[in-house]
Amino acid sequence: MAYLQQEPFAMRAYRMLSLSAAALAGALWLTACASHEPPGVVSSQTAVPDAPLSAAQRLQWLDRVTWGASDSADQRLQRLGLRRWLDEQLNPQQPTLPAEAQQRIAEMEISQRGMADIQRDVASQRLAIRNATDEGESTRLRQEVQRHLNQLAAQAQQRQVLRALYSPAQLQEQMTWFWMNHFNVSTRKGETRLWIGDYEEQAIRPNALGNFRTLLEASMRHPAMLLYLDNASNAKDHINENYARELLELHTMGVGSGYTQADVQAMAHVLTGVGFSTRDADAPPRLPPALRADYRRQGFFEFNPNRHDYAPQVFLGQPLRAKGLAAVDEALDRIVASPATAHFIARKLAVFFIGDNPPPALVQRTAAAFTSSHGDIAATLRSLLTAPQAQAQQGQRFKDPMHYVLGAVRLGYDERVASDVRPVIGWINRLGQPIYGHETPDGYPMSQSDWASSGQMAARFDVARQIAARSAVLFRTDPKAPLEQPPYPDLAQRATAQARMDQWSTATRAALAQARNVPDWNTYFLSAPEMMVR
Amino acid sequence: MQRRHFLSAAASLPLTFSLARARAAAPRSDTPRLLLVFLRGAYDSSNLLVPTHSDFYYAARPTIAIARPGEANGALPLDTRWGLHPAMEGSLLPLFQGRQACFVPFAGTHDLSRSHFETQDSIELGQPLDAHQSFRTGFMNRLAQLLQGRSGMAPMAFTAQLPLCMRGPARIANTALADVGKGGVDANRSRAIAAMYAGTPLAPAVNEGFAVRDAVLRGMQEEMDKAGRDAISAKGFSLVAQRMATLMRDQFDLGFVDVGGWDTHVNQGGASGNLANRLDDLGRGLAAFAQEMGPEPWRHTVVAVISEFGRTFRENGNKGTDHGHGTAYWLLGGSLSAQAGGHVVGEQMEVSEANLFQNRDYPVLNEYRSVLGGLFARMYGLTPAQVQQVFPQATVKDLRLV
Repeated sequence: MAYLQQEPFAMRAYRMLSLSAAALAGALWLTACASHEPPGVVSSQTAVPDAPLSAAQRLQWLDRVTWGASDSADQRLQRLGLRRWLDEQLNPQQPTLPAEAQQRIAEMEISQRGMADIQRDVASQRLAIRNATDEGESTRLRQEVQRHLNQLAAQAQQRQVLRALYSPAQLQEQMTWFWMNHFNVSTRKGETRLWIGDYEEQAIRPNALGNFRTLLEASMRHPAMLLYLDNASNAKDHINENYARELLELHTMGVGSGYTQADVQAMAHVLTGVGFSTRDADAPPRLPPALRADYRRQGFFEFNPNRHDYAPQVFLGQPLRAKGLAAVDEALDRIVASPATAHFIARKLAVFFIGDNPPPALVQRTAAAFTSSHGDIAATLRSLLTAPQAQAQQGQRFKDPMHYVLGAVRLGYDERVASDVRPVIGWINRLGQPIYGHETPDGYPMSQSDWASSGQMAARFDVARQIAARSAVLFRTDPKAPLEQPPYPDLAQRATAQARMDQWSTATRAALAQARNVPDWNTYFLSAPEMMVR
Repeated sequence: MQRRHFLSAAASLPLTFSLARARAAAPRSDTPRLLLVFLRGAYDSSNLLVPTHSDFYYAARPTIAIARPGEANGALPLDTRWGLHPAMEGSLLPLFQGRQACFVPFAGTHDLSRSHFETQDSIELGQPLDAHQSFRTGFMNRLAQLLQGRSGMAPMAFTAQLPLCMRGPARIANTALADVGKGGVDANRSRAIAAMYAGTPLAPAVNEGFAVRDAVLRGMQEEMDKAGRDAISAKGFSLVAQRMATLMRDQFDLGFVDVGGWDTHVNQGGASGNLANRLDDLGRGLAAFAQEMGPEPWRHTVVAVISEFGRTFRENGNKGTDHGHGTAYWLLGGSLSAQAGGHVVGEQMEVSEANLFQNRDYPVLNEYRSVLGGLFARMYGLTPAQVQQVFPQATVKDLRLV
């Protein structure tokens, strides 16, 4: 166990540094992380070519950085040139959604009311259930609260899909999905439905291209995570190890990276008292005078010293010096600074963007960028995406259902905003990757074998057929209304669709040539082996 | 005529070995059938198979213990030492009393990570723990490879994704059964799509996907006819279990399904509550499976229920249990031997504080590879060398289960 441990003091200085590094990253382009790379790492930061890209190169960049190439996205990439376009993706300014998409999001309850407000509402609904005197009334109220919770989760799903389809900040949206999956919580557990939208909007999306340490802490402090992995009930003399274990195993260092059962237990003790509260913020719990200064409250997050175990802990081979919530900070610093975390995150990013077996040198380079930028996600991604090895590995990433379905819809309808994205969500469900629906904290797997079994291929072709022949369901507001005619897009008219076909196999083109009508042509195009990878 | 029909279908849509067999010849009623049920999330075996003889059990679980037999909501007595969770009264207990169920406590793996994902993977790979796991083939896939020369060998995962234990060189079909529906891809379009994949690495999966879909829809037809008559349709795991039974009776003889939701860190409940509801659903599903298979196929069927590990023996501060080690496996089937059916079998020890492993959980005395290896050897008449192909370097323990 060779963890390079820093003094907690230096650690905090690192974090401050990393903030400024993040701010500089956009302006300094490639130089920031290159100059920090430790000796021994081959610093092969190629400058991003600003020469015009071929159509095939553009499609590769679009399929990697966005949720799928569309004609308008391709035009923007051509107009800006790769360097400025990538800068924009890595460092997005307030992204402007098309007005219609913005409007749909603005109409949602989760947009119009604050989380505190919604939470109070649900709490009073629950109180009414408890106070109900007759059974019929209590059943009705119970159904009402369930319906409300389902609506809140459904709105969050729809908002995610609207942004993924139409936001110009495509990399931010991909990374939002990536981190939601990395810090997975499932709406199938308890009250998570109430919190899921806020979790994505407040904890994950704003940090998706920011600093990993900040992101980790934001997920730790959110009620969704605190509930899902039970740390809200982890207290002195009532230890619950669940979150502590997954924090180390799934969120940061990775299993088998050197931490022990004793480290899990120590972390669980450190995390006692880390929870949330829905009480009014100005009504803290009664605390003995000696502990009052340790109490923290920020939004719903609460650190309650009454529940905290102050016993000294040894963690990852060294004692923790700080006390209370500061000990949590110290432990998180130590975890994030460990080489295991850099490697674990780097590899996961490389698998997500490049393929099942990313070259070790690419992972090493990405991990070095993570370390030298102190967990700056944009800088880490810049290093990964611009690496020569990444350019060489084209079309090796099998699309997971999200990429497959969103890519097809973006291709088919580009910026024409869907009136109803529930069919999109249905297609993604059908392919086995429901949004917020993975029950266990490991999130959805990413390798080809996870998504390319016989049953899944058959289901994928069914979905391809739906999009090819009946995707006008996206453009009605009433599910009973007739479909517009024709009820399908004409993919052959898309420049990005045509541009792909030059590279495709004879067999695929032969099948397309046999298509007798537009829906069949669409079906074969979306079912082509070449459309399964990005 | 039949042969000709089959050949022409095979020519237009190259079928893989397993499906070709499934279509050519359904398994006979006396073909051995095996269904592996994986409870993901590490179910709390101590509240399913209750050590009713242990005072320590009652001391260690002040709020979630299942009461002794005879007390209100008490365990259902199995023998003088063990009892069954009361939620299993209508499902698992009758099977046990009919000598068609047995339990193997202190079962599991020597993997000590206590990580769900790590342990599930290592069990599904079925490799020795100290060996470098260089290739990702699961033990069910290696079993399928070994058996594919035999008549009627058709493996199937009843899951949306192919589980790790079934991945590998032998092509294995999969489909989730909870939401089977007709797709819009008809026979002509299927052929056109299959042609695009000819010669690509995905071709076998694509062809098999089309063939399995047809097979499953044929099986569903029977269910729809029945539902029309009885107007009672099963839900949840019972529905999946009934569909599995139809398919395993008529088409497939090696099956896998997983059931999640067993990770009970908080408020797991006792005789009622979260865990009880899960067990009730599972038990009713498995009883429905036995029923639907019909007497003769069931006599040649074994259902093995396993989980990645057990849970802490003591309840935690939240009336739940954390990640532990040893667990209890169950085996169901009409072919269980006289010494297994209706018994609690395998190596055992006193359930006491002194015998806890790492002062935390059950020790593993019946390692999963040795138990399942012994079962496979008996079911399929495997030689020791063949068992080693499925579970390399395993020391087989023959519990004479069938």
